[in-house]
Amino acid sequence: MTEIFGIPTQALFGQLLIGLINGSFYALLSLGLAVIFGLLNIINFAHGAQYMLGAFCAYFLLNKWGLGYWWALVIAPIAVGITGVIIERTMLKPLYKLDHLYGLLLTFGLALVIQGLFRNEFGSSGLPYPITKELTGGHNLGFMFLPTYRAWVIVASLAICLATWFMIERTRLGAYLRAATENPQLVQAFGINVPRMITLTYGFGVGLAALAGVMAGPIYQVSPQMGADLIIVVFAVVVIGGMGSIMGSIVTGFGLGVIEGLTKVFYPEASNTVIFIIMAIVLLIKPAGLFGTQK
Amino acid sequence: MRHQKIALVIMAVLFALAPLAVYPVFIMKVMTFALFACAFNLLIGYGGLLSFGHAMFLGTAGYAAAHSAKVWGFPPELAILFGTGAAALLGVVTGLLAIRRQGIYFAMITLALAQMIYFYYLQVKFTGGEDGIQAVPRGTLFGFIDLSNIWAMYYTVLVIFLGGFLAIYRVIHSPFGQVLKCIRENEPRAISLGYDTTRYKLLAFVISATLAGLAGATKALVFQLASLTDVHWTMSGEVVLMTLLGGLGTIFGPVVGALIIISMENYLAQLGAWVTIVQGVIFVVCVLTFRRGVIGELASFLKKPL
Repeated sequence: MTEIFGIPTQALFGQLLIGLINGSFYALLSLGLAVIFGLLNIINFAHGAQYMLGAFCAYFLLNKWGLGYWWALVIAPIAVGITGVIIERTMLKPLYKLDHLYGLLLTFGLALVIQGLFRNEFGSSGLPYPITKELTGGHNLGFMFLPTYRAWVIVASLAICLATWFMIERTRLGAYLRAATENPQLVQAFGINVPRMITLTYGFGVGLAALAGVMAGPIYQVSPQMGADLIIVVFAVVVIGGMGSIMGSIVTGFGLGVIEGLTKVFYPEASNTVIFIIMAIVLLIKPAGLFGTQK
Repeated sequence: MRHQKIALVIMAVLFALAPLAVYPVFIMKVMTFALFACAFNLLIGYGGLLSFGHAMFLGTAGYAAAHSAKVWGFPPELAILFGTGAAALLGVVTGLLAIRRQGIYFAMITLALAQMIYFYYLQVKFTGGEDGIQAVPRGTLFGFIDLSNIWAMYYTVLVIFLGGFLAIYRVIHSPFGQVLKCIRENEPRAISLGYDTTRYKLLAFVISATLAGLAGATKALVFQLASLTDVHWTMSGEVVLMTLLGGLGTIFGPVVGALIIISMENYLAQLGAWVTIVQGVIFVVCVLTFRRGVIGELASFLKKPL
């Protein structure tokens, strides 16, 4: 068996793949957080719970109505996005004029409620979600075995991330969005319905989380707690990348996933903490984050 | 200020007499959490800094106190001191990192640092992993007060709680506390007045961490247990909830909040996940309609700060 740095290539590339997968989810989730933060100025603590809702939505679609993975990819983000719209309209809206911390506290409370309800109903153990038959199997690349579904997750999330980047940075709608981030009053004065844009942005960010949840279902099981610890890592990712740039979130997400995967190979004890350690170092050197600008 | 002192005396008398009516271990739990919440409130209520990782100080102090008492045979006063010192040290290190960012970032950074500490404790040997450090000896305080006696333990905890509470009361009413409030209200203005706001915030963070540690170390001796529960992020969320419910930035609010939340958990304990759901609902309701909290509402009704 071939080795690199005394590590079997199978193990190395295997962990690299897991790292890329984790990175895909970090990127998707931190992207959603960044988009929401940009316009609403709140940190959506419920993001992990909404990611979990996406996975459960896919699970219900399959087991209650027999609608498979491809349907779930479309329906779950829309359904969860609609709940996001309702949450924004009824609860977040009154908080905009207050300290931003209240938005954090509210969404934290919502996360507790959602996760608690699901844990009550489904317990803490995971439910299996099968890989759709079009994406089963895999390819032997010579140096490693690449399962098709995993390759799909990486490619799909990269595509979604880039599409989001394109929409925000290169389209007219995105230009409104960026303008409203800078100065909502002025944009509103130009006749653009900013409150509706804010609502839809929250819905979109939440939908991204749900989409990540659907894709995660077949890899990690569907469980009420699947988003709870993940969201804290994503917060660290967001602090490292800085929330100023969309591309920054994408690059940091994938990059940190890979670093975490490599840590699992070379020094497994630190694999849980490596992202937090990087966060501490980044804070010391560049407090605004790698791609952020200090306000 | 007079009515605050009266309220303080009433609170002290109530806690001193409470074990006549209520199970003492329950009140001890309330007092340790009340001190924890008061320490947290010093940071958010007076410094405007929301720490979402305060469990790391509670847990670290608990582990340090439990380990020193059980393995090294420290007497209780030294074990508590050692635990508190460990939390203070952690407060300096994490504080230096966290105060580099403000507002929402501060919350995320403290949460992430606490999660890192959690994973560390999950892996290292001395914490006993999922089991925690069990059967921690309470020992004899100053060599002649046997803490295995429940009354001795109770009044020791009462003294520690009141001591910590008075320390916070003193800090809030000191010139330092006034500067802290000034930074919360308008940091650029404080800077223009010549205050090194970073140093003030760091000191507030360390004081808060230290007193949270005092609560954690005491808690470890009371329950003779230091476990991962105390370091987990749910604990950080719980202390936020207690303070929010009792009243952010009020002196007595965190105590009332701790009392309500601990009682609720006691009654709902057999319902499992419902505790989390009820906590979540309280969060949502507090943020939407009850932002001043119990004591905040009372204070505005009486038109006196409490």
